[in-house]
Amino acid sequence: MLDDIAIRLRQNIGIVTAVLLFSILYLLYNFAHPRGFSSAVLVQNGDEIFALAMLAMAQTVPVLASGLDLSVGAVMTMVGCFASYLLTGAADGTPLHLDIFGLQLGLGSFPGGVSGILLGIVVCLATGTLAGFINGCIVVYGRIQPIIATLATGAVYIGIALFLRPTPGGKIDEDLNWAMTNSLGDFAATVHIFDDGAASWFAPVAWIPVPFVLLILIALLVWVPFRRSVLGRAVYAVGSAEGAAYMSGLPIDRAKIAAFTLAGFFAGCGGLFLAIQTSSGNADIPQAGAYTLNSIASVVIGGTSLLGGTGSAIGSIFGAMVLRVISFFFRIFDIAPLLQPLFEGLILLAAVSIGALGVLRVKNTLELFR
Amino acid sequence: MSSASLSLSRDDRPILIAALFILVILVAGTIYTFARFGSAPLLSPTYLLQQLQIGAFLGIVAAGMMMVILIAQIDLSVPWTLAAAAMMATSVGGPLAIPVGLGVGLLVGLINGIGVAYLRVPSMIFTLGVNAVMRGLMVAHTGGYAPQTAATDLMRMLAGDRTLGIPNALFVWAAVSVLVAVMLQRTALGRYIYAIGNKEAAAYLAGVDTRRITVICFVLCGLAAALAGVLLAGYSTKAYQGMGDAYLLPSIAAVVIGGTNILGGRGRYLGTLIGVVLIVLLNSVLSIMDMPEAGRQVIYGLVIIFMLLVYGRGERVTS
Repeated sequence: MLDDIAIRLRQNIGIVTAVLLFSILYLLYNFAHPRGFSSAVLVQNGDEIFALAMLAMAQTVPVLASGLDLSVGAVMTMVGCFASYLLTGAADGTPLHLDIFGLQLGLGSFPGGVSGILLGIVVCLATGTLAGFINGCIVVYGRIQPIIATLATGAVYIGIALFLRPTPGGKIDEDLNWAMTNSLGDFAATVHIFDDGAASWFAPVAWIPVPFVLLILIALLVWVPFRRSVLGRAVYAVGSAEGAAYMSGLPIDRAKIAAFTLAGFFAGCGGLFLAIQTSSGNADIPQAGAYTLNSIASVVIGGTSLLGGTGSAIGSIFGAMVLRVISFFFRIFDIAPLLQPLFEGLILLAAVSIGALGVLRVKNTLELFR
Repeated sequence: MSSASLSLSRDDRPILIAALFILVILVAGTIYTFARFGSAPLLSPTYLLQQLQIGAFLGIVAAGMMMVILIAQIDLSVPWTLAAAAMMATSVGGPLAIPVGLGVGLLVGLINGIGVAYLRVPSMIFTLGVNAVMRGLMVAHTGGYAPQTAATDLMRMLAGDRTLGIPNALFVWAAVSVLVAVMLQRTALGRYIYAIGNKEAAAYLAGVDTRRITVICFVLCGLAAALAGVLLAGYSTKAYQGMGDAYLLPSIAAVVIGGTNILGGRGRYLGTLIGVVLIVLLNSVLSIMDMPEAGRQVIYGLVIIFMLLVYGRGERVTS
């Protein structure tokens, strides 16, 4: 029994470290914060964490299949720009028109109201998923290395985002913004359920921030079933030994396409939330790049090997939270924001270097080359 | 070179196709300018030299990037290595400016190389961290503002002036190119680099100190980025925040379009040169056409995918 636990711990040492690191850092943060351990702080943190956590999940799936998706930030940005048109919530709908090379095309009107918003959310998520599916098809059928294929498609997606929003702008329905970026109680009050959130049984959970609930829901309803499916297992198999997976008759092509498609879906969720949170669409190229790179860092801190085959999206969520909590500390301890990138870089380097110290104990040098 | 063989070798095909694509860009761009302005600036040597002068910075970065891609690694620290070299060179000034700038590149390359070769941290993540550290150091050094220091006369001369009507930057690029080409083709180091890219374990068993070679490759990449930074500072007479950001992805794209395998071990330097020229000309045609940034990004991405679909396809895993 104890042996079993020890083995499981050793197998999941990466994710355990990430969870512990996050717990310690977050406790310290709350102790140091003047309003620590309050729902307000939790809500604020949840809003800041969500998009990166989604992108970290998005990055995890291709990495598990020993690919890499450099387009996650671009997909996020593109979906955000779509959302800034489709989720305005105007009662009489939003007129859409295409203006390409001086050519004006009316595209009718996107429905408004609650049903319009729901439809808009579906369309946005479908856009992200489609972008991921295209990535997967180019990687599998085009047989182009994922890193360079997604570099190229990322440029295309950013181009589409810039086309939609040459300057930041657009609008998101205020109620939607309020409901998604606050606590469960505010959510219930906005959408008028559970006696506007005043139901007595609801009170004990009313303080939980909506972003955290969404995160848990997406992890439980999308990631866990996927991981347990044949395709999910095939993704892990492709990552650890593609040749062996092929010889075992696993659907490696479908697994890779599924990995990139799921990445697109997760990135779409992140972009949708970012647009809702900021109430606008912004085709910000440096921001997209920063999110992509931070998603890779989150994946590594969360205990997923960049070589593929081991790790989990849950670990990456904690990796993303560790990265974000580090930046929270800059606010608390009043460290000059200018020093922030320096500390972020040093912590990232320290984390990966300490994790790598094991190689110094390897006796047979040949084992280093995989 | 064997003249008898009609079939192109695996490494030459990408170079030929990319060169043909350059012709297509030139012809299409010229037709466009002729139809719209009644002139053909793309065919005038002055204009082409000016474009290549700007392309020289990308070319030097790409030469260094190729070294690390050939050993199946990648260097994401290029943007801030470039900027840091430029900022340190301008802030030191005097005759020491260029050596100090190159020293920054050497140091960054050394750190990258040790992390990747000896600690075995994946280069993707280690160089990413080093990039953040360099950015942090430079932001702290400059206070986040554009540095007030100016480039030295030598830096301006190397990057901005012309000799016999040809920009000096092109001479620097040519010198770097000759060095790299000779090193890859004619020295043991070059053979080792290709060997490591193909199979590091095999190279190690054959007696190559693969870790030392890996460090050397990262140092070369850091030096190339630093040289580009020093020249770019000379060209624009000063260093500025984020001056290297526009060089990371295009340099990787240029190397890959030139037929170098992103998984290492294969590719010729001539291809990288062609790849750089292709990207530079594509950019200048798009700017002549007044293409908005959105269209540029889309076309840029589509060109990379198209070129790789034509000749960069991997092999199907069947065992």
